[in-house]
Amino acid sequence: MASNDAHETVIGLECHVELSTATKMFCGCPNEFGAPPNTHVCEVCLGHPGSLPVPNRKAVEYAIRIGLALGCEIAPRSLFHRKNYFYPDMPKNYQISQYDLPLCVGGHLDVEVDGRTRRIGITRVHLEEDTGKTVHPGTTGRIAEAEYALEDYNRAGVPLVEIVSEPDVRSAEEARAYLTELRATLLALGVSDVRMEEGSLRCDANVSVRSRGAAELGTKVEIKNMNSIRSVERALLFEEERQRRALAEGTPLVQETRHWDEDAGRTLPLRSKEYAFDYRYFPEPDIPPLEPDPAWIEEIRASLPELPAERRARFAEAFDLPPAQVRVLAGSTEWADFFEEAVRLGADPRAAANWMTQDLAGLLNQHRVELSGSKVTPAHLADLVRLVGEGTISSAGGKAALEEAFAKGASVEQIVEERGLRQVSDVAALGAIVDEVLAENPGPAEQFRSGKEGVIGFLVGQVMRRSGGAANPKLAQDLLRERLLTGG
Amino acid sequence: MGDPREPCDLPAHEIAARLASGEGSAGQVVESSLARIEAVDGRVRSFLAVTAEQARQRAAEVDRRRVAGETLSAVAGIPLALKDVLATRGIPTTCGSQILRGYVPPYDCTAWARLQAAGSVLVGKTNCDEFAMGSSTENSSFHPTHNPWDLDAVPGGSSGGSAAAVASGQAVWALGTDTGGSVRQPAALCGVVGMKPTYGLVSRYGLIAFASSLDHVGTFTRTVRDAATLLSAIGGHDPRDATSLPGPPPDLAATLEEGVRGLRIGVLEEGFGEGVEPGVRDRIGEAVDRLAALGAEIGEATLPHAGYTLSAYYLIAPAEASSNLARYDGVRYGHRADDPRDVVDMMTRTRGEGFGDEVKRRIMIGTYALSAGYYDAYYGQAQKVRTLIIRDYEEAFGSFDLLLSPTSPTTAFRLGERTDDPMAMYLSDVFTIPANLAGVPAISVPCGVDERGLPVGLQLTGKVLDEATVLRAAHAFEQDLGWTTRPPLLEAAAG
Amino acid sequence: MPVEIDIEHVARLARLALTGEEKERLSRQLPDILSHAAKVGEVAAEDVPPTAYAVPRSNVFRADEPDECLPHDAAMAGAPEVEDHRFRVPRIVEME
Repeated sequence: MASNDAHETVIGLECHVELSTATKMFCGCPNEFGAPPNTHVCEVCLGHPGSLPVPNRKAVEYAIRIGLALGCEIAPRSLFHRKNYFYPDMPKNYQISQYDLPLCVGGHLDVEVDGRTRRIGITRVHLEEDTGKTVHPGTTGRIAEAEYALEDYNRAGVPLVEIVSEPDVRSAEEARAYLTELRATLLALGVSDVRMEEGSLRCDANVSVRSRGAAELGTKVEIKNMNSIRSVERALLFEEERQRRALAEGTPLVQETRHWDEDAGRTLPLRSKEYAFDYRYFPEPDIPPLEPDPAWIEEIRASLPELPAERRARFAEAFDLPPAQVRVLAGSTEWADFFEEAVRLGADPRAAANWMTQDLAGLLNQHRVELSGSKVTPAHLADLVRLVGEGTISSAGGKAALEEAFAKGASVEQIVEERGLRQVSDVAALGAIVDEVLAENPGPAEQFRSGKEGVIGFLVGQVMRRSGGAANPKLAQDLLRERLLTGG
Repeated sequence: MGDPREPCDLPAHEIAARLASGEGSAGQVVESSLARIEAVDGRVRSFLAVTAEQARQRAAEVDRRRVAGETLSAVAGIPLALKDVLATRGIPTTCGSQILRGYVPPYDCTAWARLQAAGSVLVGKTNCDEFAMGSSTENSSFHPTHNPWDLDAVPGGSSGGSAAAVASGQAVWALGTDTGGSVRQPAALCGVVGMKPTYGLVSRYGLIAFASSLDHVGTFTRTVRDAATLLSAIGGHDPRDATSLPGPPPDLAATLEEGVRGLRIGVLEEGFGEGVEPGVRDRIGEAVDRLAALGAEIGEATLPHAGYTLSAYYLIAPAEASSNLARYDGVRYGHRADDPRDVVDMMTRTRGEGFGDEVKRRIMIGTYALSAGYYDAYYGQAQKVRTLIIRDYEEAFGSFDLLLSPTSPTTAFRLGERTDDPMAMYLSDVFTIPANLAGVPAISVPCGVDERGLPVGLQLTGKVLDEATVLRAAHAFEQDLGWTTRPPLLEAAAG
Repeated sequence: MPVEIDIEHVARLARLALTGEEKERLSRQLPDILSHAAKVGEVAAEDVPPTAYAVPRSNVFRADEPDECLPHDAAMAGAPEVEDHRFRVPRIVEME
């Protein structure tokens, strides 16, 4: 989006993250995706009369972990509140959430956009419970068309953390970078699966456009129903454009909630409200306040893993890698650990980085597997880098060996022997092949002699082919030149 | 003629002693209780459901264990009634409301689960004001309950069914719930002992919420000793209730005989003000003299913010209720309106049809008090008043071990007398509400009858978790008074 | 203190269908009750903290350990309408 015009876009993001605890927020039912409907339910999460919630300590710990990783202050005292509204996916018709006294306040997340670091403020991180799942049978998904709805409460009461950003995001691209970074951070923390397609990370955005430099925000529009980072980016691009056009045309914008229609690629207003929502928040009388012991907080802080941003800084510094490779390698614990293990086993960092971000990434992508699910190990990578570096195998041989290792998991040394990938660097052996190639290709040889030096590439290729890829290409070229220039 | 009392008329500790000595069986006791229900409940109407078959089976099980030489718990084989706001697995639990007509909970409340495990015998679920909202049991959507002392009078409420059942021998003891006096006030009006412990001493798990921060499970018994026994059996920490207090159940019977000598008892001046009937004032005055004669040090006490307790209560309780009762929407259980147009229509009409007047009134008050623009002036300010009342108690307990007042300003009033005047009905709880706001323990113990022969209750209030002192003073008073008058209904039946 | 209360609005927030007679009665009773309740405002309590819990406690947790769920049939037993192992409700007209 143009950034040099008279307007600027202001975006705030609210992310809901399902925590990967073993049990729900307030009862002992399993927190598990994909069970048959209404089998992970009890009197508490079905809202039966008389049942009471008891908070899951692990969920509180995870929320504190997230808060600490985002540089938040952990509130010495925070409260659960009831958020009152009627909806059939909510068994009690109130949601236990947090209101004016959230668990974590005032942090930030640094994200990289176009090689520059942007600091996005975090307003708060709070704990709440998820709702059940509504299905609308016999429709194309448009709720208004459905004759009736069905409720499954397996998800009701699953612990959720809401992470609210300051309105510091200035473009759809920044929003994507923020979500990508947040996702990587949450994964590194081990607190959530962060699978958007399963709904374990859900995102709403507040978007407004204002005159550049204006202190006040423009008319705020809330966008819901974006279920992938990609759809957030698309929805924000659409909405930004819609609002800018309205401003340019002088059409007034209304403060409203809009729904992202993934298929149509546009945002649509929700049915206008008959009356404003009035959630009647009040302190949840069934749950005493949270006053986390400072020693507990320090214990959690001490257990924090290296976060993606920290790791990026370390990788850039320690391994002298280009930023794009740092982003890929330091972006997840899985990739970072793999890379570091290969380096520890003796691989040259820059070569290892190249192999991982190009060839290995390509193979994973092609076969649609995660790094952890492939047969390739850091030891494979280290051997590969060493053998190519020493000239024992060519880089083409290296690629072949990597593919073989990817498919079968055998050691690189073994693959090189079995497939005869060892480079032929023996002048006598290679000389014989060179002689044959020249004898069979008198035309190109003649062209070379008459000054068309480019043709040497073709001849080297022929030597490589005849040697089954085992020839040392540099030596082959030297021998060809020598014969063509002196022989003739 | 010998003792006209049937086994079901005895205090629980006497029944337990007889069972232990082999003098009679749990089967006989439960049959006596069921026979009494048969004989009088057509007139008293204490019960919404009688669980006769289960009671017989459970009594037979207790007898098997007794004959096998097992030592029985203090509650084993004693006929018990439960207010119908306490969830019982497999037994309909309605809260006196049409919206839960036919509702069968899939789990047991903790209090009953503990009693059940100890061999208690449930004879039935008792009537109450709908969702425990009321002071006369007339707000039950099924039928009113009548006071065994005068069938034209209310038993008090909201736990009127439990109070009347114990007063008339249909159950030997019962559990009720007390949010603003709903155990103590009906106990006073029915001439039995009603005890509300410290907030958190007894688990609220399975107590169908009216106002969560004020709701307590309480006991109805014939004697103070039985109150101590029953409370010990149901009390103690419950991991399913985050507001339940840590620690094992207290042994409340241990200090029961220590008397009142040297105890400092503050007589609340508010207890003798406007609206207190002369008959009540006289009996309470005599009770003060009796306690003085027993060696208690009597002084004058006051809760300076008492004048605001009713106001604070009638904001906090409805506010919490408006949220607690939101779950009755016709989706997962309970009543659902016919032919709904859409889900909003379904929920709105389900609730309109399922709730009675008083419940609607309180939902409306509570919704209003929490809504945008009113929260600070109403709910927020009420919570501050609550702090002031707690401070009043702290101040008073700086000088006194116990505070004394009438339980209720009046004895049992006529059925229908106050149903059209909510404010007059709310005034019934003026002396009981402060203990709910502060969470302190309080007991109502009979102290005689008024000029019409209707029972008067004496309320003693103690410090947080000082149930032992409350019970010990009430026991000393009860023993010294030696009041054994029985409701005319039973004298007539025995005659 | 006179109290204004929009019965229709509050009833809608509370999802309560009221008959004309009920509305009329509540319009009479609620202002009375609320003006009595509003007496709480007479107490100067600016520096007084609110009390939400009768007996203070904090940090009450359960361990993240599974407990038994209800059998599916028991979970659905009280449902007014069931389809496909789910609770069936009439069509949803509002998004929230």
